[in-house]
Amino acid sequence: MQLIGDNLQCVRGGREVFAGLNFSLMDGEALVVTGRNGAGKSSLLRVIAGLVRLAGGRLELDGGLPEATVAEQAHYLGHQDALKPSLSVAENLQFWAEFLRIEGGIEIIPALQAVDLAPLADLPAAYLSAGQRRRLSIARLIALKRPIWLLDEPTSALDVASQARLANLMRGHLAGGGLIIAATHGPVGLDNPRELQIGPA
Amino acid sequence: MSAFVSLLKRDMRLAVRVGGGALMGAFFFLIVVVMVPFAMGPDLNLLSRIGPAILWIGALLASLLALDRLFATDHEDGSLDLLMMGGMPLELVVAAKAIAHWLSTGLPLVLITPLLALMLNVELRAMGPLMLTLTVGTPALTFIGLVGAALSVALRRGGLLLAVLVLPLTVPVLIFGVAAANAAIVGPTPFGPPFTILCGLSLMSLVVGPVAAAAALRHGLE
Repeated sequence: MQLIGDNLQCVRGGREVFAGLNFSLMDGEALVVTGRNGAGKSSLLRVIAGLVRLAGGRLELDGGLPEATVAEQAHYLGHQDALKPSLSVAENLQFWAEFLRIEGGIEIIPALQAVDLAPLADLPAAYLSAGQRRRLSIARLIALKRPIWLLDEPTSALDVASQARLANLMRGHLAGGGLIIAATHGPVGLDNPRELQIGPA
Repeated sequence: MSAFVSLLKRDMRLAVRVGGGALMGAFFFLIVVVMVPFAMGPDLNLLSRIGPAILWIGALLASLLALDRLFATDHEDGSLDLLMMGGMPLELVVAAKAIAHWLSTGLPLVLITPLLALMLNVELRAMGPLMLTLTVGTPALTFIGLVGAALSVALRRGGLLLAVLVLPLTVPVLIFGVAAANAAIVGPTPFGPPFTILCGLSLMSLVVGPVAAAAALRHGLE
């Protein structure tokens, strides 16, 4: 499996965010996107997730599901957690896993255990702290398998132990042949990820 | 199809839980209709003559009441991004949300109509046809309002804009809904023709509404 971005261009609100961006990523590889505030890190992730129209260039996934778009084979972990406060922890996760499922099985309890939220499964999400909400969003990546992970500042609001747990999950995903693109300002805990710098340093 | 059902179930569940406001529309409907006789005075003949119009205006306002939050909450908490990344076309996503919205706010309106019709001195034999017109007409109101909800999704206070955008479009539904109800209650015109046109309007909005709303969402979320 190979994700190729060729000469990507992104325009938002009439302003060019970036242009002429190239990358290629094989399965088992991680790409860390760096750059100043407003350089277009989040925009790049949203372009790949199909949430912002690609203004120019070509984005392709070789060796994925033939019928599915790149967005349908990607998990997007954005700044917002996409949780409903009146649903319980397990209900939130169950819904997203069922809704996003294209093929493969769903594992709710193992996913909650992986982020250490299993004891809170029946608690309404309204009572979670910011870090717990973040962990519940991360559980979505585990509950349903999709080959590409798009992570926007994945370590925000996480404590040290949770950051280490996330790094473990990311290593597990790469070892299983997945791809990761993470936009970040700090280290994400991966060994030798590829780097993509947007804009001047 | 399972994604469609799980989205439908989630939205129904959200509507009946804390802060969901499933029955707010029905209560609003109740209050509006109860206020009218106080304003008009106790003239039973007058009430029964304008009863269908009052019921339809009440149902129209009540079904718009919660519509502005249909996409806005999903937009604010990031759910809309993920809804667009599923395998299901956005048109079906939008349709599932609209059906859930109608089941949780539109259907209760229809169910309490007999009670309200009694207050407006509507005859018992006209109750059935009246409920039938509202059953057929309220989905049209929801699906037309859907387009306005999608257009105003990114606006902080889109509620008023929604009403301004949507109310003119609901005029045909209102005209034929009231005409059919009047035909059933007062006569002497036949019930069939206006009711058939109402069915046609409803079916058209069922098809056009989700397509237009999905296009509006795609355009709005850059």
